[in-house]
Amino acid sequence: MEAVRFDNVKFSYEEDGQDYAVNGVSLSVEEGEFVAVLGRNGSGKSTLAKLINALLVPTEGKVTVFGMDTLDAKMTFEIRKNAGMVFQNPDNQTVASVVEDDVAFGPENIGVPREEIGKRIEFALDAVGMQEFRHATPSRLSGGQKQRVAIAGVLAILPKIMILDESTAMLDPRGRREVMEVIKRLNRERGMTVILITHFMDEALQADRAIVMHRGEAVMDGPPEEIFARSEELETYNLTLPRAAAVCKALQAAGMPVNNAFTAEELAEAICASLQRG
Amino acid sequence: MLNDVTFGQYYPAKSFVHNMDPRAKIVLVIAFIVAIFLAKNFFGLAAVFAALVFMVLLSRVPFGRVLRSIKMILFVIVFTAVLNLFFYAGESAYEPLVDWWIFTITYESVVNMVFLALRLFLLVMGTSILTLTTTPVALTDGIESLLTPLKWIRFPVHELALIMSIALRFIPTLTDETNRIIAAQKARGADFESGGLIKRAKAMLPVLIPLLVSAFRRAEDLGDAMDARCYSGAKGRTKYKKLVFSWRDLLGLLFLGGLITGIVFLNLYLGGKFDIIGQIASLF
Repeated sequence: MEAVRFDNVKFSYEEDGQDYAVNGVSLSVEEGEFVAVLGRNGSGKSTLAKLINALLVPTEGKVTVFGMDTLDAKMTFEIRKNAGMVFQNPDNQTVASVVEDDVAFGPENIGVPREEIGKRIEFALDAVGMQEFRHATPSRLSGGQKQRVAIAGVLAILPKIMILDESTAMLDPRGRREVMEVIKRLNRERGMTVILITHFMDEALQADRAIVMHRGEAVMDGPPEEIFARSEELETYNLTLPRAAAVCKALQAAGMPVNNAFTAEELAEAICASLQRG
Repeated sequence: MLNDVTFGQYYPAKSFVHNMDPRAKIVLVIAFIVAIFLAKNFFGLAAVFAALVFMVLLSRVPFGRVLRSIKMILFVIVFTAVLNLFFYAGESAYEPLVDWWIFTITYESVVNMVFLALRLFLLVMGTSILTLTTTPVALTDGIESLLTPLKWIRFPVHELALIMSIALRFIPTLTDETNRIIAAQKARGADFESGGLIKRAKAMLPVLIPLLVSAFRRAEDLGDAMDARCYSGAKGRTKYKKLVFSWRDLLGLLFLGGLITGIVFLNLYLGGKFDIIGQIASLF
């Protein structure tokens, strides 16, 4: 089933502006897909994310989530129940001083009965591996842990789509790894549709599909391996390859017959294979 | 499990008082204040003091910790006491002890000063038991629940409680931020330690402005995050945490009820505060 659909969507932050942050994007995301949206600062990728759950509505064109139009104010609530969103700064999306109270916030808002909220808190914290922190104070947690709590807060609403708006940008490498693990597991085990907005190329490798945004337009769309194979084109959008892929490319350019590789593990194997061949 | 609170007075422990319903504790503190102001003589205050000692023992908070809350308002107590000593307006049955220029000290003014100081002391001690044994979050929940009747006159009880709990939640975040900004300004040569009061206050300006700007940015982000999590006001909202009124709270209310009744009797049988000598004599 089609989870999200953009039909020639334009969006401008100015009332009568011609300066479009999102400029004529058409795309569609299937249920269960894991899509990474790549792009430099100001490429319109965060605006794209906010257009999905009706935090912003298109100036022109149409965005639908499971067939519901985001321009229809009566549907806003239902759309947000289906498309949860995790933001960049973990400190700015926590409402309560205790983890379980924060996770309860979403279910409380949509009027879930009390006993059911308890179960949802348990489920959500379990899904992100934070059960033991149920009674902790978010301000004392690490960045990665805070962000996992934020994901749990969204999960407790039981959405079908999870949008992550640069949710790993402020984390240290360990926190990023923790969060990526959780996202991948949600996608694989629960069939959650994931839309990951990021400027980290290596994160995009973990997705099924990557979309490159440049000046408000979706300029590239396809499996991450295919996208990274077109490195010259990526460079025109000011994006650089993941480090392992760049090393691989340099080796090839220097005349070493290694196969295309994108992660450190793949590169190591490709180099081994090439050395064995002699 | 101990609640982790980074600020405020909360003293984590497991006790009868800690386990009480925050609503009951708030009502009890109000009753305690009423008791203090009902007492007309020193015996009444002694009864309140005995009740206070009993409550502190029950709360398992060390006495030193409770006394520490006095330090902050010691100046206020001393100031009001001294003013009362010199400017007591009541009639005096005795010769003034001191009568110089505009200052007159009488027996009554001395008694009045002591009485007032004791009252303030008990007041602060009593209220600090509440803040020492209740987390700010529980306190907010309690206030929200107690204010519920105001919904009838369309007072935004839920919104007020949410604002309070968000403010509490952001205190550690903004404290961290302040420290970061101070460090950043120091690294650029800002001087916060030297100079007089005005110079130091001025030095804080480059800290306050970025803090304010960032607080607004955070508020905007938080608004988006709350919208994304389907927040739409109090309507149709359920609540996960439920406050439970237990036997502990009933005992507490009975205890305070007893205290107030006792004080009323002491007032009736012993009379006002000035006849303290006669009152002591009547005991023997």
